[in-house]
Amino acid sequence: MIGIYLLGSFAIALSLFFSRNKLLVYTLLGLSLLVQALFTIYAGFHAGEIELIYFTYDSLGMILLVTLSIIAIPAAIHSYIYIENHKENPQARAIYLSSLVLLITAISAGYLSNHIAVTWIFTEITTLSASALIYHHRNKLALEGTWKYVFICAISITFIFIGILFLSLSLQHTGSDDLSFKNLLARSNELNPVWLRMAFLFIFTGFTAKLGLVPMFTAGIDAKDTAPAPAGALLASVLMNLGFVGIFRFYIVVANTPLLHWAQLVVGSAAFLSLFVATVYMLKVKNIKRMFAYSGIEHMGIVMLGVAAGGIGYYAAVLHVVLHAFVKSSLFFQFNQLYRVFQNKSIYHIGNYFKYNATGAMVLLLGFISTTAMPPSGLFVSEFLIFKSIFDTGHILLLVVVLLLLTMIIWSFGKNIFKILFIPVPDFDEQNIEIIKPWESVSQFLLLATAVYLGLNPPPFFVQLLNDSVSLLPG
Amino acid sequence: MIHVLLIIFLITLFYMAIANRLMTYIKVLALQGVLLFFVVFIQLNEINTLNLILILLETIVFKSLAVPLFLGYLLKRNNITREAEPFLPNFVSLVITTCIVVITILISNTIIDDHLDKIFFVVALSTLFFGLYLIATRRKIITHVMGYMVIENGVFVLSLAIGNEMPMLVNLGIMLDIFASVLILGIFLNKIGDVFKDVDVDQLSNLKDY
Repeated sequence: MIGIYLLGSFAIALSLFFSRNKLLVYTLLGLSLLVQALFTIYAGFHAGEIELIYFTYDSLGMILLVTLSIIAIPAAIHSYIYIENHKENPQARAIYLSSLVLLITAISAGYLSNHIAVTWIFTEITTLSASALIYHHRNKLALEGTWKYVFICAISITFIFIGILFLSLSLQHTGSDDLSFKNLLARSNELNPVWLRMAFLFIFTGFTAKLGLVPMFTAGIDAKDTAPAPAGALLASVLMNLGFVGIFRFYIVVANTPLLHWAQLVVGSAAFLSLFVATVYMLKVKNIKRMFAYSGIEHMGIVMLGVAAGGIGYYAAVLHVVLHAFVKSSLFFQFNQLYRVFQNKSIYHIGNYFKYNATGAMVLLLGFISTTAMPPSGLFVSEFLIFKSIFDTGHILLLVVVLLLLTMIIWSFGKNIFKILFIPVPDFDEQNIEIIKPWESVSQFLLLATAVYLGLNPPPFFVQLLNDSVSLLPG
Repeated sequence: MIHVLLIIFLITLFYMAIANRLMTYIKVLALQGVLLFFVVFIQLNEINTLNLILILLETIVFKSLAVPLFLGYLLKRNNITREAEPFLPNFVSLVITTCIVVITILISNTIIDDHLDKIFFVVALSTLFFGLYLIATRRKIITHVMGYMVIENGVFVLSLAIGNEMPMLVNLGIMLDIFASVLILGIFLNKIGDVFKDVDVDQLSNLKDY
C-alpha cells in the first residue's frame, strides 16, 4: 500500500508541476489530500505491519502521520486562499502546490521508515521541496532565505550521512550489515561504543537542522520567515517532527546501550542551550513570524529536555511534539490574515487587531495561551509532565533556570501579542484594509481545540499509542 | 600505494589553505577527484564490476570534470574576481590546518579497531573539518560551495573505508553528492549570480529579527 501511496502522490506532484489549468490544479490538490487520508486510514488498520521492507506502521509513526494528515487539510485550504489572494501566475501556483504535495509525502514516508538510511533519503527530499516553497516569492529576501536553508541543510544531511557511516563501522564486528532500527536495537549490546558515540554526535547534529535545536537551528528560522505562511506552518510543525523522529528512533537504540547517560548529557545540553538561545532572541525579536519560529525552538528545547530526563519525560515529549504541531501550525495559518490587514511583519506597524478582525484576534489570543502552556492549553499537561520528570532526576537548579527562562519567554511573547491585539499604531491608514471573512479562522479554532482535547482528556487509544511508542526505552 | 594517494590527498588540503586564487581551488578539487578515482580503483576490489564502474564514473566524470568545469563557468559568467579573500592571513590558515590534521591523528590513535585502516579515518575527518574551516573563513559565497565540495570528498573517503562490506553506503554517498551539488550549484548558477551582483556573504544579511 505504501508503494501505491508513494507512486500516486509522486505522480500527483509531477502532474501538478505541469498543470496550468486552475480547476485541474485544485482537483489534483484535493485528490492528493484524499490519497493522504485513505493512506492514513489504511495504516491505522494495519498497525505494526512491515511493508516494502523499509516501512513499518509503528505507534510513533502512526501518531505523527495522523497529525500530519490533519494539518495537511487546513494547509491546503490556506494555500488556496493565499494563492487566490496574491493572484499568483499559473506557473508559480503549479510549483508551489507541487512542492507542497511532495513535502507532505516525503514527511509521511520519513515518519514510517524503519531504516536510518531511508529516513535520511526522505529528509533530503524534504529539503528539496521545502526550498522550492521558501523560494516562492522570487525576490532577494526569499533567495537569501533559500540559499541559507539549502546550504545548512546540505551540510546537515552530510553530517547525518557521516553518522550513518560511523554507525555501520560500529556494527561491523557483529557480522551484520542491516542498519534498520530493529536490528540495531537487537544488537545494541554488541555495538562498538566509540563509533556509536561518533555516530550519535553526527546524526544528532544533522537532524537538529530539521528539529530546530542548537547548533543548526538558524536555517529553519529564515526558512519559516520567508516561506509563505501556509507552507511555513508545515515547516514549523510537521517538518520539525520529522527531525524529532530521526533523533528519537536513534536515541532509543543508544538508550539501550551503556552510553545512555552520555547521550542524556549531549541531548540535555543541546536542549538547554536551545532554550537559552530562544529566550535571548525572543526578548528582542520584532518580526512576528520569526517570533513564532523562535517559539518553536523553545518548545523543541523543552521536548528534548523531557527526552534527556527520561521516565515520564519520554511520554510527555511525544505528547508535546504532537500538541505543539497543532498549536504552532494554527498560529502560522493565522499570520497570513494578520499580514493581509497590516501588510507588515514588524511589531511597530501592527496593532489594535481586535478592531479590524475580531475572529482572527481571538485565534491569536487563544494561540498565545496555548503556546505559552497556560491552562487549559493541552501543552500545559505535557510541559508539566516534563518538568516533573526533570524534578524526578534531581536537577533542581536546572529546573529553576529553565522556569526562569520560560517566564522571560512568556513575558516577551505576551508583550508582543497584547501590543498586536490592543495598542493602536500611530498614523495607520484604516481606509484600505482588507476585511477578513470569519470562516477563514475556523480551521485554526479546530486545531487549537484539538490540542486542548488531546492534552486534557486524551482518548484511551491515543494514550495506548503514546505508551507503545516509548515502550522500548529503558526506565 | 593507497596510503601514498591518501597522503597526497591530505597535502592538497594544505595547498588549498594557502592558495590565493579561485582557479587554484577549482584545480585542486579536480585533482582530488582524480586521486579518489585511483583510490576507488585500488580499494574496492571486492564489489561487483557494474557498481565499481558506476563509482569510478562518478569520481572521474562528476568530481573531476563536471563540477570543476561548472565552477569555472560560474566564475566567468558572474565576473567573480579571482582572489579568494580570506578573513585570516594564509600563514594562520596553514597553522590551523596543521592543527586540524594533528588533532585528528591524535583522535585516531585513541581508537582501537582492527577493521578500519586508520589513514582513511584521519584523511576523512581532517578533510571534513578543513572544509568547515574553509567555509567559515572565506568571504565569497562561491568559496562556500567549494568548501562543501571538499567536505563531500572527505565523506567519500570515509565511505570507501567500509565500501567492500557495504557497497550500498558508497552508492548512497554518491547520491548525496550529486543531489546536493546539483541543488546548491543550481541555485548558485540560476539565481544568486543574477540577483546579487557582487557575491559576497555580507550581502546575505537582510533577514533580520527587527
